[in-house]
Amino acid sequence: MDNNQTTKHYRGLERKIRDSIIMMSFIPMVLILSMILYQFYFSYQKKVYAHLEELILKHKQTIDSFLIEKLADIRFLSNTCGIMELSDETILQSRLVSFQTDYDNVFVDIGVVDANGVQIAYAGPFKLGKAAYTNADWFQKVKNEGFVISDVFLGLRGLPHFIVAVKVSSEPGAWIIRATIDFVKFNTLVHNIHIGETGFAFILNKNGECQTQSMTQDIERQMAFYHNGFNRLPDKQVNIFQKKNASGVDYIYVTALLKNGDWMLVYQQQTSDALSKLHHAIKLTVIMLILCAVIVIVLTYRISKRIVHLIQRSDHEKQQMNLKVVETGKLASVGQLASGVAHEINNPVAIMVEEAGWMMDLLEDDILINNESKDEFKRALDQIRTQGNRCKQITHKLLSFARKSDAVMEDVHINSLIEEVVNLTAQRAKYSKIQIDMKLKPNIPLLKLSPSEMQQVLLNLINNALDAMDKDGGIITISSRFTNNTLIEIDVQDNGQGIPESNIAHIFDPFFTTKPVGKGTGLGLSICYGIIQKMGGEIEVQSVLNKGTCFRIKFPVKK
Amino acid sequence: MSITNILLVDDEISFIETMAKRLNKREFNVSIASGGQEALDFLANQMTIDVVVLDVKMPGMDGIATLQAIRQKYPLIQVIMLTGHATVDSAIEGMKNGAFDYLMKPCAIEILISKVNEAFRAKQQHEEKIRNARINEIGQSFESARDIINSLT
Repeated sequence: MDNNQTTKHYRGLERKIRDSIIMMSFIPMVLILSMILYQFYFSYQKKVYAHLEELILKHKQTIDSFLIEKLADIRFLSNTCGIMELSDETILQSRLVSFQTDYDNVFVDIGVVDANGVQIAYAGPFKLGKAAYTNADWFQKVKNEGFVISDVFLGLRGLPHFIVAVKVSSEPGAWIIRATIDFVKFNTLVHNIHIGETGFAFILNKNGECQTQSMTQDIERQMAFYHNGFNRLPDKQVNIFQKKNASGVDYIYVTALLKNGDWMLVYQQQTSDALSKLHHAIKLTVIMLILCAVIVIVLTYRISKRIVHLIQRSDHEKQQMNLKVVETGKLASVGQLASGVAHEINNPVAIMVEEAGWMMDLLEDDILINNESKDEFKRALDQIRTQGNRCKQITHKLLSFARKSDAVMEDVHINSLIEEVVNLTAQRAKYSKIQIDMKLKPNIPLLKLSPSEMQQVLLNLINNALDAMDKDGGIITISSRFTNNTLIEIDVQDNGQGIPESNIAHIFDPFFTTKPVGKGTGLGLSICYGIIQKMGGEIEVQSVLNKGTCFRIKFPVKK
Repeated sequence: MSITNILLVDDEISFIETMAKRLNKREFNVSIASGGQEALDFLANQMTIDVVVLDVKMPGMDGIATLQAIRQKYPLIQVIMLTGHATVDSAIEGMKNGAFDYLMKPCAIEILISKVNEAFRAKQQHEEKIRNARINEIGQSFESARDIINSLT
């Protein structure tokens, strides 16, 4: 019950230590890491955004300048050559060839169209002949505005393309020179922007139609989605925003207006892809955190266990010490009491014995009392004297238990002392069929103690051991040894009946005896205890019922 | 052999009274004193005491002090210390101060008597030696006187 409670107490303590260590190590770790991660996230995101903005801005400028350049090329052509010259298809053809060599095959074909939208001359791979462009959007526009860069359309040839056209106003009437831009060449301008796994760019017109070759990736084609891209205030050339698409995937969109706001360059990339490095860092951090956590928890478990173990041990030692202090104090106070009692009792007993002696003397002379009563008187007086002597013995033992050191301390060979005592008890042991073995180590240093008192202690222990044996004999082993160069130990071990556990605690108490009344005073072991304590040693007992008892005397050796 | 004169000194009057009776019965001449000072007073008046039996532990003037006083004033008187118990140490100190022996209380009367007798014998021997020394001295002075006379004649 009690034991159970103390284990519970230590478990609780262990848990408390463990929890507080874990808390103390985790809270700052998590706080710092999350703060760093937070800061890192934002700065990284900013960096990615800036990078994308710059990239798109650059491309926007490239594309814009490409378009303007092409327009300028056509305008130059129209300015340098007259309508007559260009109406000649062979000249037009040679112009196209020189354009193509000069401008890296950007121009696919060139056509000259009159004010009514009918093509007068054409040079290029398609046999377009006298095609009529009267209803084409671009024709309407070029007529009104003087130049056009059209949206992408399929047109007569049935392939996606767009044209650059310039109106030349001259006599007899206005005419238009028109060139088709190589769609593939144009596409590469945009397709160059390809970052990560999901990042790509495309161009939309105001109707939300793709002006570049559609990529395999799914493009968000809802006009409403890009609407605000077109409606952005022009103070910022590039807009960047983050939005979930229809399927719920988070995307980063970067938009820039092209061609005076007719077209819009759109770059889109999955956020997770754009910030993949960041996510990588987060993943790494989390893994590290978990790893640290595991290490901390394991270490904490071990440390808390060790701390509690140490505490438990020191508690135990303290408890033992307390017990010892209590025991010593008890014996000391009992000793004082006993010596007081002995002093006070001794004189009355002496008087009683003396009076009894006097009565005996008188009885010798008196002839008036008959013989029978005389014998009875004598017996009674003898008894008084005997009991008086018994009292005397008890008081003398009590006093020797309590008395202060009066014995002479000498350097003693403990082994020879043991041998002497064993010789003294050999006779009694032989009668009881008991064998006394000695296991004495030779290397024991001299001990400073009172030989007569030590003899008394050993005699007492051996006599007790002899008493503990049954009628059929047994073995008493007396051993001595020198351990760790610091401690001399003397064991008196018997294989007798042992001491019940309930008696062990009282074994050194004065007047504690298991012998019948009158056989033992219960002072032997108390006296031994007192003597050993006085000499700076310790005496302890270990006993197993029916197996035997071992008294161990320890003397520390001072260097 | 002459009767031994004993002085018993102890603060336990009833103890020494009984003991005195018993010793008287055994043909000793016993006096008692209940303390150290009383014992010295008694000795001052009565010069015939042979053996003093002295308790070590007494109120007032204790056994050891009394012993020292007796040994100083009456060096021929033998003293036996009577000790109650653990005052064996003081008994030993008494012996060093010239006590004849010591006994543990309570003690059997026979043992006390034998010790008293020993002490008495020791005293007698001592006195005899002194006597002999005196006789020798007288003899010598007598001899020397005769020598002088002889020389004169």
